[in-house]
Amino acid sequence: MIDANLKKLCLYHLWLAFGAFALACVFGEFQVLERSGLLSIIQSPAVYFASVSTHGVLMGFVLTTFFIMGFGYYTAASSLNMPLWNPTLAWTSFGVCTAGTVMAAIPLLLGKASVLYTFYPPVQANAFFYIGATLLVVGSWIWAAIMLVMLVQWKKAHPGQSVPLPMFANATNCVLWLWTSVGVALEAVFQLLPWALGIVDTIDVGLARTLFAWTLHPIVYFWLIPAYIALYCYVPIAAGGKLFSDELARLAFLLILLFGLPIGFHHLYMDPEQGHEWKLLHMVGTFAVAIPTLLTGFTVVASLEMAGRKSGGKGLFGWIGALPWRNPTVLAALLSLLMLLLGGFGGIVNASYAMNAMVHNTAWVPGHFHLIFGGTVVILYLAIGYRVWPRLCGKALYSTDLALVQLWTWFIGLGVMTTPWHVLGLLGQPRRISSVNYNSVLTLAWDPYELVMIAGGLILLASAALYVYILFRTQTASSAQADAGDDAMTMAPPAAVPGWLNGFLGWNLVILALMAVSYGYPIAQFFLIKTFDPTAWGY
Amino acid sequence: MHINTLEKRWLYVALGMIALFVGAMFYTSYSRNIHPPSHVETIDSASLHLSEEFAEDKLGVQPQPLADGRLQVKLVAARYGFYPRQIEVPAGRKIVFRLATLDVLHGVHVPMTNMSTMIVPGFVAEVTTVFPKPGEYPVLCNEYCGLGHDHMWSKLTVVAPDTWRAPTQTGVQQ
Ligand code: HEM
Ligand SMILES: [Cu+2]
Ligand SMILES: [Cu+2]
Repeated sequence: MIDANLKKLCLYHLWLAFGAFALACVFGEFQVLERSGLLSIIQSPAVYFASVSTHGVLMGFVLTTFFIMGFGYYTAASSLNMPLWNPTLAWTSFGVCTAGTVMAAIPLLLGKASVLYTFYPPVQANAFFYIGATLLVVGSWIWAAIMLVMLVQWKKAHPGQSVPLPMFANATNCVLWLWTSVGVALEAVFQLLPWALGIVDTIDVGLARTLFAWTLHPIVYFWLIPAYIALYCYVPIAAGGKLFSDELARLAFLLILLFGLPIGFHHLYMDPEQGHEWKLLHMVGTFAVAIPTLLTGFTVVASLEMAGRKSGGKGLFGWIGALPWRNPTVLAALLSLLMLLLGGFGGIVNASYAMNAMVHNTAWVPGHFHLIFGGTVVILYLAIGYRVWPRLCGKALYSTDLALVQLWTWFIGLGVMTTPWHVLGLLGQPRRISSVNYNSVLTLAWDPYELVMIAGGLILLASAALYVYILFRTQTASSAQADAGDDAMTMAPPAAVPGWLNGFLGWNLVILALMAVSYGYPIAQFFLIKTFDPTAWGY
Repeated sequence: MHINTLEKRWLYVALGMIALFVGAMFYTSYSRNIHPPSHVETIDSASLHLSEEFAEDKLGVQPQPLADGRLQVKLVAARYGFYPRQIEVPAGRKIVFRLATLDVLHGVHVPMTNMSTMIVPGFVAEVTTVFPKPGEYPVLCNEYCGLGHDHMWSKLTVVAPDTWRAPTQTGVQQ
């Protein structure tokens, strides 16, 4: 049930998300220009690293968290068809997250927190940066609690019925996020904050990196699940068909929850403070978590194929052409799947225990995650925006044609930008540099690729600006459209699914066990061996 | 739970693929002893200059190889360089690098080779590799370590095995 207050709540969240996104794209374009060395007047490591830190935080934490919260409220209220539980608390959560964002943004923009979005100690930022980031997480916990209360209320009111898939996925994401954020929260509360506030002098860097890795992997599933909600719940219907299998979808979300959490050590493959047995264990989990993604690929493509055949597509591939490519939701899904296929290949290289050494911390890595995160995930955020804006504003979408242009340019821009970025990585260029100073002929080969990236970034920046323009024109159009309806986000509700596919209580115990096995000793070791903790360093 | 036959088949394909990848990785890592650098060994980064191993006059290519024939190289990573700034090693020979940082987190990579590891304060990083091709390579820092990060690199010269001479002492630039 979407009432006026909820509409406002969602719009505030989503505007903040997409505003941060568009602004961060400006920073992004500055970065590709700066690092190419094309314009000597803008060369400045201080400005560059302040910019990358801000860009990373805006894209990785602000866009995602606000988008997920706003869309989460929308998903819960519409798919459960019930009013938002405790709107005051929801606005409080919004306030806490916004205050945190502002508090972190000020030192970031002043160059007092140029520690990148991963803030690895012992390089230290201004304390407000850590406090702000912590508040953002705390605010998101309030959101997760609201979502889970609504789930419980609905289940009480509908005994024996299965939770609608969109809400099931949304609730999975809340549970996932609560578990995910514990790692970084422990790091913040017990290590970073006391250290940044001057209460303690030293910091156990190995422990901090381990706790951060706990969060760093599953957070990408936190970002991904809303995109999967669109793939499972919007796309089949938009394509004129129906979802191939509701139960398999639930299984996929649960597998992400279980396997996504205990595998963060693939971010520590190259680290000396963890033993290789643990890295191997996490490698197995890292590959296991590809299974739900492979299932998703199958289910979504099968749903699309059924839709395509229904509209007259023939032959092995004829159904692809018969799909409604001019529907923004369908177009975004097809482009997203294509980028998932390419990015997934890159991901397998990264996940590979030994091969990773060739690409670790090279330009390949930002190339990879811009493709899979900026591409696969964000293009579906954009498509969700196109779907919900008319319903939140009571206006028709400003222009479907422009929306299609926007989605295509986002896809093309990413192709133009990330292809050379991957190549640069294979040619040995490290990530996170603002200029090239290695006195070596090897680096001459890097120049042309950096120039192509500037063009890719420009296309992306234009596309992002167009996106904001379309949303703005939609919202401010004078003629109201007859209410587009509640957008129940559902296919025919399935017959009651088994209890283990309908709730999370038992799964939490399984997760606890998995986390204890994967992280118990690796964390405990820092208390068992004598570590030498460094003091804070500036940058 | 209802699983359609097509779904079931795909699930088997997916599981098979994953088993193949994971199997290949276990096989190579154990049969050929290929592991990423995972040498859990602590050191006090703040007093490297006093340590047995990483004092200034102990750094660089070591005159004595290890008993198993591996050549040893010790480097200190510090903003902004790897010390000593120049080293020379033979191609085709197993080399074990041992690295420690004096200050913050760094990473080291010799481009287009697998000589790569993070260098974490408080820990010794150890990595074994072979450079197949002679040439000059930058040894570069690949983890942001401060505003001078772009400038953090040193020079590695890989020479043909028969022209390489073991150094007679450590701590000097060749
Ligand atoms: C106009 C489009 C964009 C351009 C031109 C751009 C460019 C860049 C550049 C040059 C970097 C620095 C990478 C490095 O240090 O090697 C960067 C970092 C980053 N980008 Fe983007 N980007 C764009 C869009 C996006 C999008 C859509 C996302 C995700 C939603 C994103 C997420 C990130 C993150 C998280 C980092 C931080 C990486 C780090 O700290 O190493 N970017 N971007
Ligand atoms: Cu990961
Ligand atoms: Cu460095």
